[in-house]
Amino acid sequence: MNAVPVSNPSARAPLLQAIGITKHYGTFLANDSIDLDLFAGEIHALLGENGAGKSTLVKSMYGLIQPSAGELRWMGEKLELTGPSDARAKGIAMVFQHFSLFDNLTVAENVALGLDGVESFGAMSARLAQVSRDYGLPLDPNREVWRLSVGERQRIEIVRALMQNPKLLILDEPTAVLTPQEADQLFTVLFRLKSEGRALLYISHKLDEVKRLCDTATILRGGKKISTCDPRQETAASLARMMVGAEIGEVKATSARATTVPRLLINDLSLEPDDPHGVYLKGISVEVKGGEILGIAGVAGNGQDELFSALSGERLAPREDNVIIDGHAAGHRSVTDRRKLGAAFVPEERLGHGTAPRMKLSENALLTGHAASHMVHRGFVDKPKTLETVDRTTKTFDVRKAKRDPEAVSLSGGNLQKFIVGREILREPGVLIVSQPTWGVDAGAAAVIRQALLDLSGRGSAVLVISQDLDELAEIADRIAVMFHGHLSAPMAAADSTREKLGLLMGGASPAEALAGVAKEASHAVGA
Amino acid sequence: MGLLEAIIISVIAASTPLLLAAAGELVVERSGVLNLGTEGMMIMGAACGFAGAYFTGSTLVGALCGIAAGAALSLVFAALTLGLAVNQVAAGLALTILGIGLSGLIGAGFVGEKITPAPHLYLPVLTGIPFIGKILFGQDGFVYFSVALVVAIWWFLYRTRAGLILRAVGDSHTSAHALGYPVLKIRLLAVLFGGGCAGLGGAFLPLAYTPFFIPGMTAGRGWIALALVVFSSWLPGRLAAGAYLFGAVTILQLHAQAFGLGIPSQLMTALPYLATVIVLVLISRARGSAGSVAPASLGVVFVPDR
Amino acid sequence: MQLVLERRAERSTKIAILSPLLAIAFTLATMSLLFAILGKNPIMALYVYFIEPLTDSFTLMEIAVKATPLVMIAIGLSLCYLANVWNIGAEGQFIMGAVCGSYLAVVTNGTDAGPWVLPVMLVMGALGGALWAMIPAICKVRYGANEILTSLMLVYVADLIMDYLVRGPWRDPQGMNFPTTASFDPVATVPTLFETGRIHWGALVALIVVALATVMLGRTIKGFEIRVVGAAPRAARFAGFNSKRLVIFTFAVSGALAGLAGIIEVAGPVGVLQPGISPGYGFTAIIVAFLGRLNPVGILIAGLFLALTFIGGEGAQISMKIPLDLTKVFQGILLFYVLACDSLILYRIRLIASPKKASQGNVHGTA
Ligand SMILES: Nc1ncnc2c1ncn2[C@@H]1O[C@H](COP(=O)(O)OP(=O)(O)O)[C@@H](O)[C@H]1O
Ligand SMILES: [Mg+2]
Repeated sequence: MNAVPVSNPSARAPLLQAIGITKHYGTFLANDSIDLDLFAGEIHALLGENGAGKSTLVKSMYGLIQPSAGELRWMGEKLELTGPSDARAKGIAMVFQHFSLFDNLTVAENVALGLDGVESFGAMSARLAQVSRDYGLPLDPNREVWRLSVGERQRIEIVRALMQNPKLLILDEPTAVLTPQEADQLFTVLFRLKSEGRALLYISHKLDEVKRLCDTATILRGGKKISTCDPRQETAASLARMMVGAEIGEVKATSARATTVPRLLINDLSLEPDDPHGVYLKGISVEVKGGEILGIAGVAGNGQDELFSALSGERLAPREDNVIIDGHAAGHRSVTDRRKLGAAFVPEERLGHGTAPRMKLSENALLTGHAASHMVHRGFVDKPKTLETVDRTTKTFDVRKAKRDPEAVSLSGGNLQKFIVGREILREPGVLIVSQPTWGVDAGAAAVIRQALLDLSGRGSAVLVISQDLDELAEIADRIAVMFHGHLSAPMAAADSTREKLGLLMGGASPAEALAGVAKEASHAVGA
Repeated sequence: MGLLEAIIISVIAASTPLLLAAAGELVVERSGVLNLGTEGMMIMGAACGFAGAYFTGSTLVGALCGIAAGAALSLVFAALTLGLAVNQVAAGLALTILGIGLSGLIGAGFVGEKITPAPHLYLPVLTGIPFIGKILFGQDGFVYFSVALVVAIWWFLYRTRAGLILRAVGDSHTSAHALGYPVLKIRLLAVLFGGGCAGLGGAFLPLAYTPFFIPGMTAGRGWIALALVVFSSWLPGRLAAGAYLFGAVTILQLHAQAFGLGIPSQLMTALPYLATVIVLVLISRARGSAGSVAPASLGVVFVPDR
Repeated sequence: MQLVLERRAERSTKIAILSPLLAIAFTLATMSLLFAILGKNPIMALYVYFIEPLTDSFTLMEIAVKATPLVMIAIGLSLCYLANVWNIGAEGQFIMGAVCGSYLAVVTNGTDAGPWVLPVMLVMGALGGALWAMIPAICKVRYGANEILTSLMLVYVADLIMDYLVRGPWRDPQGMNFPTTASFDPVATVPTLFETGRIHWGALVALIVVALATVMLGRTIKGFEIRVVGAAPRAARFAGFNSKRLVIFTFAVSGALAGLAGIIEVAGPVGVLQPGISPGYGFTAIIVAFLGRLNPVGILIAGLFLALTFIGGEGAQISMKIPLDLTKVFQGILLFYVLACDSLILYRIRLIASPKKASQGNVHGTA
């Protein structure tokens, strides 16, 4: 694993060349004639909004899908990949955006499945221990994956990739699920891999990261390549412009946002998970006032889903007063009853939770509207009324769709999310609980949604936003609390919450430690 | 021969078809496919197995015909569920209905005919050992094969790379696909294997259990085999234990009927079915807190992106 | 070259209408092949199976008689299947409905009980079916036991209970030891609609059931609840629908309908309780439900069609010596084709060049 001397990249031949890669899904063009050159000893960023076609492109490079047109060249020779094992044989490794792990198998078994099985299980285990020690990525080979945190799961993917001793490592949005500190640790590993002379293709839409880490950046938009540039020569704004193709309006809070009485109260809520892989909620207490947005940060899988279902009423709380909505103890009330109290909910998962994918939008309006929106009379559904809700949501929130009442699954992520959020906001809820409001949504739709949340709170509603995206919380939240292992930290004013402080809390530090840790890191930074 | 010895031997015989069919289904379900057509494949195995043995006079040929019939029927199931992404429950039911109909058609000509039953092993000294001799060394080939099959499946699942891959496919087909494993091909092989096992289990009935064919002679054994897989928590060892337990229930009710304890014979005949319901309830309740142990992608349709 | 499935952006409404017809066409083609293998003239056989019964008013009425239980059971099953609840024990619920309703007919037999007997029998039949269906429903919601297996096991048990009763306590003393009850009194019999033929008031009940189901599924929030719970369980929970209660509801309704069909069958066309009252209505109804695409009107048409195959099959056995089992084979094949064709509503089949072969053509261009 000796370092390859790094010379001027352009003087060298590319390790992997993509020429005119095109991918159709039915009539949809996910990749439109994309060219890309990757060099050894270089970290190349692939930037683009959600849905730009980044994952599709790298799946072609890993042999997972067959491009409709175009070709790949590996060290100048034409590369034909009939499957991922071909790619692995060449020295191409991949860390997937949505992990490719097996929850009920052990770490060692997972790693074995990602290798092509030439060595014995014993030899593999020994090598696993060595590689994970070598790169400072500790793993217990005998643990089952479902017991591990998201960060540890990603570690398996990375170690598994490194055990192939790859010449090219592709990482698809690896930091989306990490705390800032975990991301920093990852960057250390990536720099080391670069110094070892490997090529890295790093997918992200986080611009600061890319500017810090990458030597070259290729920007995709709507399946097309927009440009290849040196990210360090660009500003975040110029990169964002290339990604989005237009200026994104700043979201603004309505001027006078006076907070009023608490409209949502969570009192000492503890709850056992209903599935064995779930998280215990432990003594969660917090209040959200009218006119306020409370943000809940945290790495996925720390109890956010459980908290959401306890607040929505999909699961009932142990005590009636664990959840109080506008003065009414609601811990034992059903989803429908909580909606009747003026609460509204937007879950993280758009398809299958927020909507029934194969049902029409009007039916999906009925899904949450049947409780409190006069859509049902004596058990009979008022169909015109449901359609009218669709039309109003479409107009107010600029939902783009092919016909008046299509199936939910046919909408793009951003448009469906606008529909789901719009459907709730049009009911003018007194309390809105929303989980990952802009997860996997394009920047335009994200801005519309965040603005709508700010406007709602401006009209006096209490809004609770669960989000992994610290930038989003910084943008809209008044106060931020952090969830870790089922505990919720005391909220702090958004103005006082730095990324470092939040990051430490997300990693499990106590508030005092978080403060001390920030001080220490600051001194380190000064020292370095 | 003592009564206990006779009972044990008959329990083993009653258990063997269940064990064969359930062992095959266990592998199928471990790959993430739920094939509810076991009853249909078994009865087809019985009809075709009998036909094969009737025309050739050979139990072996009969058994092979049974395997082929079960596998052929499971191929239809695979074409639908794997090829056309059809709901597995519905396709399994269709398979059962088709199997019952086809076996009636094929077997109609054989009703009332007889064949020589499968030969039993005979070892000069060993078979003569009192009590255990006939139990261990006096069975027919099906019995030895079924035991070997369960051991082989255990070894395959937990000691081979192919078995690991099969379990991985059943746990997450999307991950397996992302790593480049041919999910549908692996499942096809598993389904064919399961079909062959069910066919063999069915063929055992007319070839060794009763030396003649009756329409509908599987009498729900395919469904009981499915319940056994649930009971076993998808573990081969527990599967064998469960199969022998059910065999024992069946034999016990037969003996009770013979004694004529004044209990209506219908109630005794209903016992294995009632036992299945009760066992399913008990096992599900016990598992309630520990969560499901079923393969995570069991019964979920998979259509790969290309 | 390779055939692969590709997800459609939206369901194809055109295929949704075409699919059952396509399935029937494929089935008829396969059947012709089977007839030919059996050494029968396929054209003749198809005629006897599917056309001849339609040319005679007696057989036309017989079709309606056979369709009555099929449609009633299948409507109930369709509610279950829409909700992703797998009741496959309708045959047992049918039998238990027949048994429970017959109890009254047996105890009032030969007395001068009034015309209240039949209505009460129908209620008892529906209740019996519903209660029998409650066993798997409760096992599922309370303990999580798989309802497919439990509901099916109970078919065998129901069959044995009926067998015990007609051979034991309920056997007709004048029946020369045949396992059957005495013929039901007129007050315990479903009247026929016309002077001749066996078509009875039960056929009208089936039509009412179809109408009610159409309204419920298309217009009411309950119908919506059933569809959401089946199509997207998590979204249904988010909507505030209780899936456990719905398991109970769908099992109860389908059990009651099967039980009602059972008592109408014994109190109508059969006239006594005896083994073999059902040629597998409870299982054939599964096919009816799917062939009718889980839609009430579709089920009505599908029920008539499958009833036709029963009658046609009997005709073919008599006039052409075609085994009766062929009807079951036909039904099984039909269900397969229905499921296969339905898959085309959500997917399209596409022919693609397999990657290996494509590469052979291009290798020289770059080397
Ligand atoms: N299997 C598929 N079938 C149809 N459309 C797809 C498929 N996979 C991805 N797409 C579409 O292609 C576009 C690009 O997706 P992707 O490459 O995942 O984007 P991203 O840049 O966020 O990684 C999206 O609009 C997505 O909906
Ligand atoms: Mg992506």
